[in-house]
Amino acid sequence: MLTITNLHASAGSKEILKGISLTVKAGEVHAIMGPNGSGKSTLAQVIAGHPGYDVTSGSIEYEGQDLLELDAEERAQQGVFLAFQYPVEIPGVTNAYFLRAAYNEIRKAHGEEEADPIEFLDIMEEKLKLVEMDASMMQRSVNAGFSGGEKKRNEILQMAVLAPKLAVLDETDSGLDIDALRIVAEGVNKLKRPTNATIVVTHYQRLLNYIIPDHVHVLAGGKIVKSGGKELAHELEAKGYDWLLEPAGV
Amino acid sequence: MTTPYTEQFEAFSANGGGEGPSWLPALRKKAFERFHALGFPTTRDEDWHFTSVTPIAEKTFKSLKPAATTLTLSDLEPHLVDAEWNRLVFVNGRLEPALSQYGSLPADVQLAPLSELLREEPAWVETHLGSLAGFDKAAFTAMNTAFMQDGVVLRVPTGEVVDVPIHILHVTDEKAQGGAIHPRLLIVAEALAQVMLVESFVGLDSASYLVNAVAEVVVGNGARVDHYKVQRESRDAYHVGTTQVVQGRDSIYHSFSYAAGGSLSRTNVYTKLAGTGGEARLNGLYVLDGAQHADHQTFVEHIAESCASRELYCGVLDGQSHGVFNGKVFVDPQAQKTDGKQTNKALLLSPQARVDTKPQLEIFADDVKCTHGATVGRIDEMALFYLKSRGIGAESARALLTYAFAAEALETIEIDALRLDLERQVFERFTHSQLV
Repeated sequence: MLTITNLHASAGSKEILKGISLTVKAGEVHAIMGPNGSGKSTLAQVIAGHPGYDVTSGSIEYEGQDLLELDAEERAQQGVFLAFQYPVEIPGVTNAYFLRAAYNEIRKAHGEEEADPIEFLDIMEEKLKLVEMDASMMQRSVNAGFSGGEKKRNEILQMAVLAPKLAVLDETDSGLDIDALRIVAEGVNKLKRPTNATIVVTHYQRLLNYIIPDHVHVLAGGKIVKSGGKELAHELEAKGYDWLLEPAGV
Repeated sequence: MTTPYTEQFEAFSANGGGEGPSWLPALRKKAFERFHALGFPTTRDEDWHFTSVTPIAEKTFKSLKPAATTLTLSDLEPHLVDAEWNRLVFVNGRLEPALSQYGSLPADVQLAPLSELLREEPAWVETHLGSLAGFDKAAFTAMNTAFMQDGVVLRVPTGEVVDVPIHILHVTDEKAQGGAIHPRLLIVAEALAQVMLVESFVGLDSASYLVNAVAEVVVGNGARVDHYKVQRESRDAYHVGTTQVVQGRDSIYHSFSYAAGGSLSRTNVYTKLAGTGGEARLNGLYVLDGAQHADHQTFVEHIAESCASRELYCGVLDGQSHGVFNGKVFVDPQAQKTDGKQTNKALLLSPQARVDTKPQLEIFADDVKCTHGATVGRIDEMALFYLKSRGIGAESARALLTYAFAAEALETIEIDALRLDLERQVFERFTHSQLV
């Protein structure tokens, strides 16, 4: 589904990703772990098409297409989704309007008919249950005044509605209490299909107790310094990151 | 520049303008002389530094001949906000009783044409009319006072609470072409009275005319007045409006100014917090494009102690439009424990759009809290990326974020029907689609 080859990316004159290669197949869950400043969030944002980063070399192939050729909205329409570490507040635009606009843009891109507000309410009802959100949240402005947990649940709600093929969760566990963490993780697990894939970007192993990864990669200094199975996450939890950094020369 | 109006004033004085109680023609004459002496303001005048009224000064706007309107209620329907409200409708400056309705007010609340009250209670009108809106230094107010015709008086007696908004709708059509309209409004909310008023100015056709409105508002002790103004004049029109308020002890005055129409508009909201514990909230939103120019000036005079003032003005500017916000706050040596906050935000959608912001604080008391902040920005790139990452195209995403910016100001509107109406209008203006 996704093949990243020797990816280099910079923000301004600063190179952040220094040659990342990663292959993700349908049905897989990959965890990307690493210390702060290792480039984890940058990788997530480059996949989603953040305009603040320049890809200086390397490639990303997604479903047989050159992903880097597509604008952020085209990537979303093709099934790429990023759950933001810091979801943006949009006062004055209701969650209901925002979600329906996004849902319909994606349907339009696939040549399908748009859902009217009534049909959309039906779709929402089921999705709200998935993240244990009250319907009244739909009438509130997007993320405005939401608690940290509500914002993250709202991200997973969007993921549920937009049904992406490739979901990238950027530090979705940060700032969550244990209940919110469980709800978010269960939401992600229920959305798992053999035809879609998930990349979980996280600093801590905690979330991986709930979302079990097939592969774990450690990112440090803009490179993947170690890859392994789910047991690697436990090892990191026990030993921290330092033992990996020195041999990697970062 | 004012000379062509001498003839008009003489004709007006001989025909209608001379009517009413004897003090009225004298007031008009004094006002006209002042208007003539002052002339139209220029950009050398500190209060008009960023706004040139040359387009108004170099034209001569005619007095409009009384003419029966052919407009019907269905023409006005999109502008009524809520058809159930009590309303007075003026077409091209003239009251249209057939389009108005104001029968369901409490019996002791007076909502009447100025001409009617001048006949019935001339002494009461004399006490208030012109008592707040001084014209010594204000040419447009002088001009209004000289030429005002049908005006509106709203008097809410002590302790009366009017819980349904009152709408004063000024409509122009193609018959307003080349004309001047000088609406006058007097609101007196006596002690503990409460009232909500919406003033709308709507241009139905693309006529060029001048609306020069003056409102005087007395908010008695413990009284509350919510005063909303919606300015959607024709794109070729000129609009100057001055609202002058005086507030008593523990009174509340809330004002909101929405300015989206006109080629050149200037809105003045001046309030004097004259009694302890008063609160003034002055908010506004201006939405401009093309070559539109909109100027807001506020002046909050803290005379008494422990009063609060809050101001939030937001502007969205596209094309080569020009917005101006000048917020003056004066704190008298007596006005200890003053709490004043002023915020001005502008969103520029094009490189040619321009905004000038000038906060002015003059503080003569030592135990006060006064702040002001101004921001001028463009669409937030992170927010744009957020929307795009959900599949929303760049153009729609920009429109949605522009709407969101404007909505922050609209959220301060406490009359739900009006807020929803303006949200819908602003949404359609930016997104060209319906807000459902």
